[in-house]
Amino acid sequence: MTHATSTAIAAPSGFAELPYLMGLMTGDEKHGPAATSTLDALWVLYDRVLRVSPATATHPGRDRFLLSKGHGPMAYYAVLAAKGFFPADWLPGFGGYDSPLGHHPDRRLVPGAEIGSGSLGHGLPLGVGTALGLRAQGRTEPAVWVLIGDAELDEGSNHEALAYAGATGLDRLHTLVIDNSSATHGRPGGIAARFEAAGWSVATVDGRNHEALYEAFSAPHPGRPHAVVARVEPKDA
Amino acid sequence: MDAMTGAVTDARTDAAETVSDTMRERFASVTSRLLDEDPRLAVVLAEIGRDGFADAARRHPDRVVNVGIREQLLIGVGGGLALTGLRPVLHTFASFLVERPFEQVKLDFGHQGVGGVLVSAGGSYDWPSGGFTHMAPGDVGLLDTLDGWTVHVPGHPDEAETLLRRAAAAGDDKVYVRLSVQVNEAPRPVDGVRFLTLREGRGGVVVAVGPMLDNVLAATGGMDVTVLYATTVRPFDTATLRAAIGTGGAAKVAIVEPYLAGTSTRFANEALEDLPHRVVGLGVGRQELRRYGGIDEHLAGHGLDPHSLRERIAGFLGR
Repeated sequence: MTHATSTAIAAPSGFAELPYLMGLMTGDEKHGPAATSTLDALWVLYDRVLRVSPATATHPGRDRFLLSKGHGPMAYYAVLAAKGFFPADWLPGFGGYDSPLGHHPDRRLVPGAEIGSGSLGHGLPLGVGTALGLRAQGRTEPAVWVLIGDAELDEGSNHEALAYAGATGLDRLHTLVIDNSSATHGRPGGIAARFEAAGWSVATVDGRNHEALYEAFSAPHPGRPHAVVARVEPKDA
Repeated sequence: MDAMTGAVTDARTDAAETVSDTMRERFASVTSRLLDEDPRLAVVLAEIGRDGFADAARRHPDRVVNVGIREQLLIGVGGGLALTGLRPVLHTFASFLVERPFEQVKLDFGHQGVGGVLVSAGGSYDWPSGGFTHMAPGDVGLLDTLDGWTVHVPGHPDEAETLLRRAAAAGDDKVYVRLSVQVNEAPRPVDGVRFLTLREGRGGVVVAVGPMLDNVLAATGGMDVTVLYATTVRPFDTATLRAAIGTGGAAKVAIVEPYLAGTSTRFANEALEDLPHRVVGLGVGRQELRRYGGIDEHLAGHGLDPHSLRERIAGFLGR
């Protein structure tokens, strides 16, 4: 069992330092594709898109990022630490009894985490409610982003949410699908087609290309919710 | 009577010369007014009950949301609204509010650490001809597996109004309000916390929950027992139950509930754990009757009609 040390670990703030931060959790500075499938997209979101910082982490007008796919949160924790939401010296305790950083994130324990996740299929319905709640309070600026995995789309609750959001034009809602071909019964193009059929704006991009990700994240989508399908290496490749 | 629409022709309020509404109708009218008064309140529906909120939806289109026939989304949207600081009020039949999306109730409220008000209709068998798919005798028992839910079980539309207003104003509490077309003839002055002592006797204590009161009063007529009336069952009013237990001899407590038999037995046992006592839980049986018909027939089928209750309570107290 590892324990958080009292020695402060300086938080590097660039993308190149993220493997080091992940290594503090896993003891391994080289990670396979599965552990880093979300890393590039998360970094581009937090570095260039989301209007949220440690100083505004509880501000009502902040952008919301909901990590629905709570499995494998090392990349998420590394990005949050790099951005200063919590000290990097929390990372070595990952998964320990005294650590706030579990193998699935808990919003009550992790500064900057908008939801607790781990059970698949909860983030998108919560995201719909968050977007509706912000709108009902006249907050039309904040964007709501939900990250799901391609296999997570197996869960029916996602389809309840994406069908409703598309039909009602919930345009402050955004879904980032990390597609590492991990769904047993997935089919190429199937993810984008489902969102399009429900009335969403959709962009499919290389999930390792930061400029392409940024462009897809920033694309205008008036009157429609927006989905970005970020394709990365197949999980079982 | 048509339990789907909640329309009831009822002559029980002749004395007041008013036409009684149902609990669901009262829910819609009261909550619609609360939406006007409290900008923090939002109602989420899944088709069921939407007609009652049609006017409110026109006045507050962003705070009356109908998600369609999507009950996982119903709960998830409620949790999301609460994450932004609103107080969500969610409504559909108990089967689809608590049972079908139970994991959403557990995680999207409890685990996220946010609150809301779940208001159910249909109860255990409000629409018997609809069959078992629309019966939810296990709803309160399911919520008992979770932490921190307040559970109100009104026995009259006036009590429902009191408890709904209290639930809406209860900060970030998690509150379940179980509405039913089973009602007692007269409302009691419930406060959302305490059991009421309606009769006092020495031979035992009978706790009647919500709509079971009139049958319990009829069943215990002439018996030397204390009758407590419970419309808020969680938290369980330990203090009033203990005060009702006389000194001397083993305490005897019968709890008559409109949902699964024995649901509150554990709470009575814990309230009396330092005293010699016996507790019996009477309520809806687990076994499906596989019958349609009417509510009174289902009450009799589960031994909850006045005659059956009198025999069962007298038998328990006499043992």
